[in-house]
Amino acid sequence: MITDLSSAIWTTLAAFLTFCIFSFLYKDNPFYKIAEHIVVGVSAGYFAVLLYWDGLVPKLWDPIVKQGKWYYLIPGLLGLIMWTRFSKKYSWISRFSISFYMGIATGVAVPLYIQNYVIRQLSSTMLPVHFKNPAGFFNLLIVIGVLCALIYFFFSKEHKGAMGSAAKVGIWTLMVGFGAGFGLTVMGRVSLLIDRVIFLKNYFASVFGHIL
Amino acid sequence: MSFYEKLMKLDRRWVYLTVAIAVVIPVLVPFKVPVYVTPEAKAVYDFVENTQPGEIIFLAIDYDPNAMAELQPMARVIMRQVFSRNIRLIICALSQNGPGMAEQLISQISKEYNKKNGVDYVYLGYKPYPGITILAMGQNFRIPFPTDYYNTPVDSLPMMDGLRNYDDVKGIISIEAGNVAEYWINYANGRYKAKVFFGVTGVMTADYYPFLQSGQLSGLLGGLKGASEYERLAKQEGVATEGMSIQTVAHLVVIAFIVLGNVGYFMSKRYKGKEKG
Repeated sequence: MITDLSSAIWTTLAAFLTFCIFSFLYKDNPFYKIAEHIVVGVSAGYFAVLLYWDGLVPKLWDPIVKQGKWYYLIPGLLGLIMWTRFSKKYSWISRFSISFYMGIATGVAVPLYIQNYVIRQLSSTMLPVHFKNPAGFFNLLIVIGVLCALIYFFFSKEHKGAMGSAAKVGIWTLMVGFGAGFGLTVMGRVSLLIDRVIFLKNYFASVFGHIL
Repeated sequence: MSFYEKLMKLDRRWVYLTVAIAVVIPVLVPFKVPVYVTPEAKAVYDFVENTQPGEIIFLAIDYDPNAMAELQPMARVIMRQVFSRNIRLIICALSQNGPGMAEQLISQISKEYNKKNGVDYVYLGYKPYPGITILAMGQNFRIPFPTDYYNTPVDSLPMMDGLRNYDDVKGIISIEAGNVAEYWINYANGRYKAKVFFGVTGVMTADYYPFLQSGQLSGLLGGLKGASEYERLAKQEGVATEGMSIQTVAHLVVIAFIVLGNVGYFMSKRYKGKEKG
C-alpha cells in the first residue's frame, strides 16, 4: 500500500479524511466540514477541467480554430446564449437554445423510451402460465403482481370489493419491491463501510506492521 | 419510562457504534462464508469464458470514486479474466469523476498481464453527455472519440483497424453507478441491438431485474455480492470475497436492530394502551 514518501503522504491524508467523514456520525464538527468541502471542491474542479479538455476544446475550439469549420460557431453561439439565464432582462434569449436542445432530446429519446421502457417491459409480463415447472408458477406471480399493482394505481373506481382486494395485493407487491430495494441499499451502504474499514486496516498494517 | 420506551428513544449513535464493531471484528478476525452464485452473475462470466482469444469486448467503467467500493472489484476481476484469456478490450469511462480512476485500474491490470495499449486494449476515456456518446458510438467509435484518453488519434492504433461500432464487438459489459445505465439499455441495446451485461451498485440492482427478465440485459452483477460471485467463478478471491463475511455479520446486526425496533414499537404502544385503559 505504502511504497514511497509520496504514497505515504497521500495514503495518510486519505486515512485522515476517512476519519473526518466518520466523525459526523458522532456529531457535526469542523473536521467533517473540511472533508466535505474538499470532496465538493475537488469533484467540481475535476469536472470543470474535464469538460474543458474533453468537451469545449475538441468539440468547439479545435474544429473552429484548427479545422476551419466556421459553422461550429452556431452551436457555440447557442451555448453562449444559455448564459443569459442570469439576466432578468435577456433571459428569454436562452429559450432558443433550450427549445433546440429539447427538440433533439425529445426526438431521440421518446420513441426509444416508449419501445424499451414500455412496450418491451409490457411484452415481458405477458408470460405463459403453467404448473409443469417452477418457472410457470413464477410467471403466474409476475402476471398477478403486475395486474394488481396497476389496479392499485387505478383511481377512477373506489377500491372496494374485488377491486379493493386486488389493490391490497398490489400494495403487497409494491412492498416486496421496496423491501428488495431497501435490502440491496443496506447491502450497498455496508459495502462502502467495509471498503473504508479494509482500507484503514491495510493502512495501519503498512504503517505499524513492522512495529507490531 | 418503560424499557420499551427507552428502546424507542435509543440514541442512534449506539446503532452506529454497534455496526462499526460488527464490521471491524471480522476484518481483524477473518473467516469465510459460502457464496451462492446466481444465474445472472454466471451469465456474465460465461459470456467472457465463451469469447474467443483475439475477439473484442467493450467495457464501460461508468462510475465515480464514490462507488469504487462495490464496483472496482467487479471491474478488476472482469479485466483480469479478459486479459488472461487474451481477449481484447475497448474501454470507455462515461461518468464525470471516473476517467482518472479507470485509467489507474487499466494501467495496473494491463501491466500484470503484459498487455499493450492500442494492441490489446484501447482506452477511449470520457466525453460529456453519455446518452449522445453511446448513440454516436453505435455509428462509429470515432465520432465521439477521434482520439483516445491519451490524446492519440484512434486511427493510428492497430487495434482500431476494422473496428467501427458495436457490431464489431462481442458484447458490452457496463459497470454502472448512475443514470448512464439507462442509456446503454435504451440506445446500445434498444437502438443498436448490442448484447449488454451490467454490473451495478447494490442500490441499483432491484431496478434492473425487470430488464434481465425482458432480455434487454443478458447478465447482471449486483453490488459487492455480485462481485464476490464473479471472484468465485473466476477463482480469483479478492476484496469482494473478503467483504462477504463482514457483510454477513453487519447484516445480522441490522436485522437484529430492525427486530428490536419493531418489538420496542409494538410493546411501547401496548404499554401506553394499558396505561390509558
